[in-house]
Amino acid sequence: MPEQVLWGMEVFLNGLMTGVLYALVALGFVLIFKASGIFNFSQGVMALFAALTLVGIMEGQVPFAHMINATFGTSVHDFGWNVPAVGAILLTMGVMVALAWLVNHFIFRHLVGQEPIILFMATIGLAYFLEGFGDIMWGSDIKELDVGLPQGINGTIDEFTYNLFGYGFFIDNLDLWATFVATLLVIALVLFAQYSKHGRAMRAVADDHQAALSVGISLKFIWVMVWSLAGFVALVAGIMWGTKSGVQFSLSLIALKALPVLMLGGFTSIPGAIVGGLIIGVGEKMFEFIVGPMVGGATENWFAYVLALIFLVFRPQGLFGEKIIERV
Amino acid sequence: MNQMTEQSYVTEDGRTIGGTLMEMRNISLRFGGVKAITDISFDIREGEIRAIIGPNGAGKSSMLNVISGFYVPQEGEVWFRGEKRPPMRPFEVARQGIARTFQNIALFEGMTVLDNVMTGRLNHMTTGLFSQAIWKGKAEAEELQNREVAEKTIDFLEIQHIRKTPVSRLPYGLKKRVELARALAAQPSLLLLDEPMAGMNVEEKEDMSRFILDVNDEFGTTIALIEHDMGVVMDLSDRVVVMDYGKKIGDGSPDEVRNNQAVIDAYLGVAHD
Repeated sequence: MPEQVLWGMEVFLNGLMTGVLYALVALGFVLIFKASGIFNFSQGVMALFAALTLVGIMEGQVPFAHMINATFGTSVHDFGWNVPAVGAILLTMGVMVALAWLVNHFIFRHLVGQEPIILFMATIGLAYFLEGFGDIMWGSDIKELDVGLPQGINGTIDEFTYNLFGYGFFIDNLDLWATFVATLLVIALVLFAQYSKHGRAMRAVADDHQAALSVGISLKFIWVMVWSLAGFVALVAGIMWGTKSGVQFSLSLIALKALPVLMLGGFTSIPGAIVGGLIIGVGEKMFEFIVGPMVGGATENWFAYVLALIFLVFRPQGLFGEKIIERV
Repeated sequence: MNQMTEQSYVTEDGRTIGGTLMEMRNISLRFGGVKAITDISFDIREGEIRAIIGPNGAGKSSMLNVISGFYVPQEGEVWFRGEKRPPMRPFEVARQGIARTFQNIALFEGMTVLDNVMTGRLNHMTTGLFSQAIWKGKAEAEELQNREVAEKTIDFLEIQHIRKTPVSRLPYGLKKRVELARALAAQPSLLLLDEPMAGMNVEEKEDMSRFILDVNDEFGTTIALIEHDMGVVMDLSDRVVVMDYGKKIGDGSPDEVRNNQAVIDAYLGVAHD
């Protein structure tokens, strides 16, 4: 097989893996949007915040250290202990649940029944707040995150493809893990939403508040649950992205990549988020590989958005979104 | 207990009417300066079909919303099962065993009929979030058990053929029936129906009347319903409260109410002074 085709295949596979990571972020958006009609702009920042908190807890960082030191003239930075990954992940999940409760209690509880655009604005505010809050709490240094996920080239695939084609594919172990985790997560979420009592209550609340109340569903409980779920998805995405490229504030920008993913997949569809993520992931890598050299590269920065724009023109509801038909 | 609790008795058609289940005492409800309900008292006895009737704007729906906790009255007390009810949110009222339907149908449009009816069982499912999430043992058994009740309710209301249909695709009359099924699946001790016959044709009205009577007869469910179609109500109910302009103008058996001058005036539209 010619070398170009082999490279192309490798790029394609890596695109799929990147796509999975995009899908992970997009999934958080879809979840909240389906359950509450809120387009949560802060999903990306939530992933960042989760990753920051996780690293902070693992390294035994003192939260708000800078603020404390500046106010009291002390010099505390670390507790001097390390928390094992599993414990830290559980603690971080606790923080995300607390955050979900706070977000509902102080913001969205008061905005029930408002226009979607107002809810959207509130999430933009939340995004900026969380970014600043994360900075004050954990500092703004770039940190390494290592929860024990294997990283680096997967030897088995390298060897297998070398024997097969005479050319070893470079597939990152971390990407394989991300794919595995994302698949599990999606299956679990779908099963939970479709077949569990709380999932049914969640769909009910999304559909009709009044009716939900009349069958005895506590709206507050469901909203906090939904935001906690989004926090959980954010944590998973934060772990994957943080391990891959370090925990840094530019992580919140991956939320922007989720937008074209959602436009492609449709804002209300979980399968849509996945397929959309894969298409964007593969699309931008393949486009860079094929067209990139002709136009001087750097197409990855804009390809996703242009693709989304084309979709908006021809299929505004996305691949899997519900078509809105207004009855006259 | 209170003096309203009377001896139980047996109706002509052989149903047993028990003691007081719910009692409204001197309820007043205002929206700003508008008086929706003024000083109304009445009771609902176990096993009976109690109707609240009155012309449009009489405050009937407001009354139902007070019972189901959607509105909180400024004055008055709600007594349920011999106890004064503290101010409650609607979902808490529902958890006490009071189910309701809505005048403008409030179903979960995106969900199937079966799923809608299953939401009526939520209060009977006690497993926590964690065991639900991992779907172990109890959660699964509970789902099956409640599924059975839901299916029976569906059979009872003769909507088996649309079990898996999304509600949004159903015609109006069937939606009304699905809403009744959802309320009934909760096996409520008090079932509130807000204009169950509104917007139906004669045939659908007859069907609905039959279901209401069957529910009461078969399960002994206490039913309080609102209607402004006098004819239907008189045939269905054991006792009737008549409201007009937020006030109670009549209360008694259908015959008593029918011959009440104030009621006749209200329905014929005699000028109010």
